[in-house]
Amino acid sequence: MIRLSIPLRQALSKLTLPVLIAVAFGLMLLGKADTMIATRMRMALADSLAPIWGLVAEPLAGVHRAIDGVQNLATIYQDNGRLRAENDVLRRWQAVGLALDAENATLKANLRWVPEPTPSFVTARVVADAGGVYARAVLLSLGPKHRATKGQIALDERGLVGRVTEIGSRSARVLLITDLNSRVPVTLETSRGRAILAGTNGARPRLTYWPEGVVPVEGERVVTSAEANAFPAGLPIGVVRYNANHVPEIEPDARLDRLEVVRLFEYGLHDLAPPELSVVRQTERRR
Amino acid sequence: MSDRLPGIRPRPSIGRKLDIAARRSFPTVVTGLLLVLAAAPLGIGGQPQTQLAIALASVFFWTLVRPASMPPLAVFLLGLLLDLLSYAPLGVGVVILLVLHGFTLAGRRVLGRAGFMLAWIAFALLALGAVALQWGLTALLTLRLLPVAPAILAAILAVGLYPLLAVPLARAHRTLAETDQA
Repeated sequence: MIRLSIPLRQALSKLTLPVLIAVAFGLMLLGKADTMIATRMRMALADSLAPIWGLVAEPLAGVHRAIDGVQNLATIYQDNGRLRAENDVLRRWQAVGLALDAENATLKANLRWVPEPTPSFVTARVVADAGGVYARAVLLSLGPKHRATKGQIALDERGLVGRVTEIGSRSARVLLITDLNSRVPVTLETSRGRAILAGTNGARPRLTYWPEGVVPVEGERVVTSAEANAFPAGLPIGVVRYNANHVPEIEPDARLDRLEVVRLFEYGLHDLAPPELSVVRQTERRR
Repeated sequence: MSDRLPGIRPRPSIGRKLDIAARRSFPTVVTGLLLVLAAAPLGIGGQPQTQLAIALASVFFWTLVRPASMPPLAVFLLGLLLDLLSYAPLGVGVVILLVLHGFTLAGRRVLGRAGFMLAWIAFALLALGAVALQWGLTALLTLRLLPVAPAILAAILAVGLYPLLAVPLARAHRTLAETDQA
């Protein structure tokens, strides 16, 4: 080690903080100039931490289940009555559904409908929040030899969750539909009007750009539209709810605040840039 | 610290050196582990804000009571970890933690002697400033007007979490992180 005089050493130690702050600003510029560096560093860190989070997730899910179990015990009697009533209604709907399915099949056969290929999917566990303060995303833990790719569509058991934006060797990041950068082309199910679903970082994304003459109706179901070839048509997203300011928002079907397991579907559509890159892409496109 | 005092003492053995190193790195390592843990799926709301609050409170606390164990380089690395874990634009977390560290060091003479309440109030002001700085820098780097609500939540969480973190950390400061006990 080099021997320095005490005043010099003191001066150097006082310099450390300003120099490091300058380096941090340099880091910001670097991250802005080459967004791939940040993405690669993040996914490397996520890859190394995903197995640890996966280990933590297992007992945590157990604790949540135990708490739910205790809460359910209290309402088990009322729940049973409600479920019986609901079951009756659903049985009637099942009959309707089966009849419609059969009718649909005959109609398609008569029209020589080209059947859509059944998409392949992988199921993955959500191991971490990957959003930060100003974004909404989750991290999935995947096996080391996974075949997940960017742009794949994530659904939970109820509806659309989001899309894969970044892929690591054993993890993947899914941008949720509630993220500020998320834009999903949608169809209003009753009026068949097209619109765009824009995330706001809040629990309910906002409905925008619906055509003239079409008004989103409270409680109307909203599904994905195949426009722009980013999503397949007809994936369930949620229902329209007007907020206090009379702005139509979507209450997502998917339980985005309590995601545990999601399925990644491969529809062979466009790949997608992570939100940090999308700004750069847009400026490039404008040129 | 005891190394600088005059007197004759035995040459430190490898075990003792390791012990001192472990005690010295305790604040940084524990803060890093807490940040990683805060990203795990705990199923509670406001987790990213909690993560930021933990980083701010830990850096403030250790800079105040034991700056030798929370050097600027450690703060830099913790900020980088925060940025990578929270998917913020690279460098934002580093800057806010370093600025917090710098202000805390500058006010250490006064705050070190003052009681807990005053330190808490000072932390509340600094955390508010740090969150505002983060909001501004993130908006600037992503070229977007960001919602203010998450930032306010982060500041409130930081102020509320500080006493909860400070009590166990103060105990650790006197026992686990104390290099004189090595």
